[in-house]
Amino acid sequence: MATEEQLFALDEGVPANPVEELLRMDRIPHIWCPGCGIGTTVNCFVRALQTSGTDLTKVAVVSGIGCTGRVAGYINLDSFHTTHGRAIPFATGLKLANPELKVIVYSGDGDLTAIGGNHFIHAARRNMDLTVILVNNMIYGMTGGQVAPTTPLTATASTMPHGNYEQTFNLPFLAESCGAVYVARWTAYHVRHLTKSIKEAMAKKGFSFIEILAPCPTLYSRRNKLGDGLEQMVYFKDYSEIRHGADTKSVALDFQGKIVVGKFVDKERPTYQQAMYDHFAKKLGDRYVPSEEMRKVFHGPDGN
Amino acid sequence: MARTEIKIGGFGGQGVILSGYIIGRAASIYDTKFATMIQAFGPEARGSATSAELIVSDEQVTYPYLTGPNLMILMSQEAYTKFSPELVQGSTIITEEELVNPTNLRKDLKHFSIAATRFAEELGKKMVLNIVMMGFATAVTDVVKPDAMREAVKASVPKGTEALNLSAFEKGYQYGLELKKKVKGSLVEA
Amino acid sequence: MATAEPIGVLTGAHFVDGDHACSEGAIAAGCRFVAGYPITPSTEVVERVAERFPFVGGVFVQMEDEIASSIAIQGAVWAGKKAMTVTSGPGFSLMMEHIGLAAMTEAPCVFVDVQRAGPSTGLPTMPAQGDMMQARWGSHGDYGIIALSPNSPQECFDLTIKAFNLSEQYRVPVLFMMDECVGHMIERVVIPAAEDIDIVERRTFTGPKEEYRPFQPDADLVPKMVKAGEGYHLHVTGLTHDEKGYPNMTVGTQARLVRRLVDKIRVNADAIVDYREEGVEDADVVVVTYGISSRTAIPAIEQARKEGLKIGHLRLVVVWPFPEKRIRELASRVKAFVVPELNFGQIALEVERCAGGEARVECVPHAGGTVHNPRDIYQSIRNCAKGS
Repeated sequence: MATEEQLFALDEGVPANPVEELLRMDRIPHIWCPGCGIGTTVNCFVRALQTSGTDLTKVAVVSGIGCTGRVAGYINLDSFHTTHGRAIPFATGLKLANPELKVIVYSGDGDLTAIGGNHFIHAARRNMDLTVILVNNMIYGMTGGQVAPTTPLTATASTMPHGNYEQTFNLPFLAESCGAVYVARWTAYHVRHLTKSIKEAMAKKGFSFIEILAPCPTLYSRRNKLGDGLEQMVYFKDYSEIRHGADTKSVALDFQGKIVVGKFVDKERPTYQQAMYDHFAKKLGDRYVPSEEMRKVFHGPDGN
Repeated sequence: MARTEIKIGGFGGQGVILSGYIIGRAASIYDTKFATMIQAFGPEARGSATSAELIVSDEQVTYPYLTGPNLMILMSQEAYTKFSPELVQGSTIITEEELVNPTNLRKDLKHFSIAATRFAEELGKKMVLNIVMMGFATAVTDVVKPDAMREAVKASVPKGTEALNLSAFEKGYQYGLELKKKVKGSLVEA
Repeated sequence: MATAEPIGVLTGAHFVDGDHACSEGAIAAGCRFVAGYPITPSTEVVERVAERFPFVGGVFVQMEDEIASSIAIQGAVWAGKKAMTVTSGPGFSLMMEHIGLAAMTEAPCVFVDVQRAGPSTGLPTMPAQGDMMQARWGSHGDYGIIALSPNSPQECFDLTIKAFNLSEQYRVPVLFMMDECVGHMIERVVIPAAEDIDIVERRTFTGPKEEYRPFQPDADLVPKMVKAGEGYHLHVTGLTHDEKGYPNMTVGTQARLVRRLVDKIRVNADAIVDYREEGVEDADVVVVTYGISSRTAIPAIEQARKEGLKIGHLRLVVVWPFPEKRIRELASRVKAFVVPELNFGQIALEVERCAGGEARVECVPHAGGTVHNPRDIYQSIRNCAKGS
């Protein structure tokens, strides 16, 4: 946050935005449309990083393809812009090879749950130690507004010109059913909650998942006559209901309906790599030779 | 014989593949020959008649498949019926006496048989019948040196069963030597 | 040059199949990350890796599919590991996009394809060599890769090490093109002492962050690498990128980048190509082979020579890049090339291109499912030698 001095210093030049240090300023301006919610989520993410106390040299951001897929390219940390739908398996390789890294997957709804859906469910099942931040704008933005697994019933999309008749994913429910240990949902309106939630998710060991509803004024809102980005934010504000611990079965979304937000799941279960380490240590004893990086992170047979 | 093309046949669970592996390992690791073994994959490997194919040669093996087997070690009737017609003229055929009834045995073949199952049972483990067969085959053919075979058996059987398998090998081997003494001129010139 | 880490090296003589020898080659080469998905006839490679890795500091993960496997290894590469994935035809098809990603991001890694007969599910348990052009051109766009083709379990060991070394040296995906016959064939494999195994280590950048340009090449067109977690704030993208690694979607950047990706193999081809010749000096006909077909051709060549025909044998160990120069030279003085392969003419096309009409090129095609009958190769050699 800017200090008062910084605000008063306006006359002497534009003060540095406090999140700049973690952005690749040489790549700004970004590609996102006016009113798009992705930038807001990035702001929250960076603030979460700044206040998390995490060693930022050990944080890596992995994105897939799409509008949200561009996030990795703007974060001034080790960042990887991979292929469509495959951020999670790339992140899995990165994390397994070096468990010292805090690996954040940051991508969109189409990328992570349509083309990448298989990887999503298996990473959750394995409890891969990743934080998955999914920006749900309910549509394919980069390619021009096609239907996504998250497009609400009846909403129109360029490939659902007469309105969507496909059943929609309830993502918190999907993540929980597959074994995620942390599941939350917020909107681009809930910046403080979201920032706190990202910090919690990053502190969590295992597969943590945050769904963030964000406006896509250019394609989703305009096509569905929902006004601009601001109007969509007003909708988020007016229709959201914070219900921590809500049963994820009950949090499905429908077209311009009520949005249940909050932290739904927060539980413990061994991560994939912890389970691997403990299993080999127990089963193979002294004969087990973990990688150097694994030894560093999971020292002792119980990982204490 | 520069190139011996060997086919081992039997049914699943008899250790057919392991037998082929032992011969190949003996020839190429503990003896000074070359060996190439081809594994048969697919449903037949899990069904009744199973086989292992390998080539033992004084020279590097180029073409890797059998072109005409000249040594067969058969441990089931089905394997005998199915595979023995493939043998080239003048080949050697070794059968398990109680499991194979060598009906219509070709006159050109040199035939040796042993009641390997019985020998194995005498040792208290029917499972080692394939190793008895290996010992027997080693004695009646000159494909691989006996010591090389012993080394390969030791190295290839499950840990803790080496002694049992070596005595199974000796049973078959000794029986083969005696048989060879009795049957003059039946020795395969390998 | 560095040598192998002793912990992974099973020095001695073994009687193992090509798949297992490939795993041992990878371990000896320093591979410590493998992601794979079961598929016949390649599964034994990952089974062996799964068995051995806990004892050598490696991490193996069976992913949910081949797509995941082929990119998980690239995550591991950027964490500093040498990494490999293993598959066969259908899985290889699924991996194509990520061969392109590895080429584009210059992530050194090894893709093993134990070829089986296709197309589609084809003959899962039987050999073919039908993926050779796919290996070269399978991912969209233009790029350079290296592909090797072993003809024995011993070579599955030796050349897997070479595959890793080449991938590090040129920062490219290296495709290890085995086939079912070689993969399932059991032969003697001699594993040398660790200190006798040469290893190419990753070319890394260790200077200050401000000076690091992740995609600025050295003189040989290959850039230096860093890994995640070292504070370099690296950015890697599959988009067309500049030397900083930032997306830059301009015609100029595209031209510079793609030209370099192609040229780093093309310009260094003389150092990369590897072929074995025998009897080509005074040959009228040269048989060009690779993989298992190099063995089935030998009885045919011997038979033809018995009849007084002058037959040479050129075996490709590295198939891509193709030894264009050598084939051109030979084309100017031989009558014909005979190319037996377990497909309907893939490498034969390349020989034909290089021969440029100066020598006849005869493919000995085969649909796969087994290997050539040497008689067919012999027949073709004879026809070519006698000009019929």
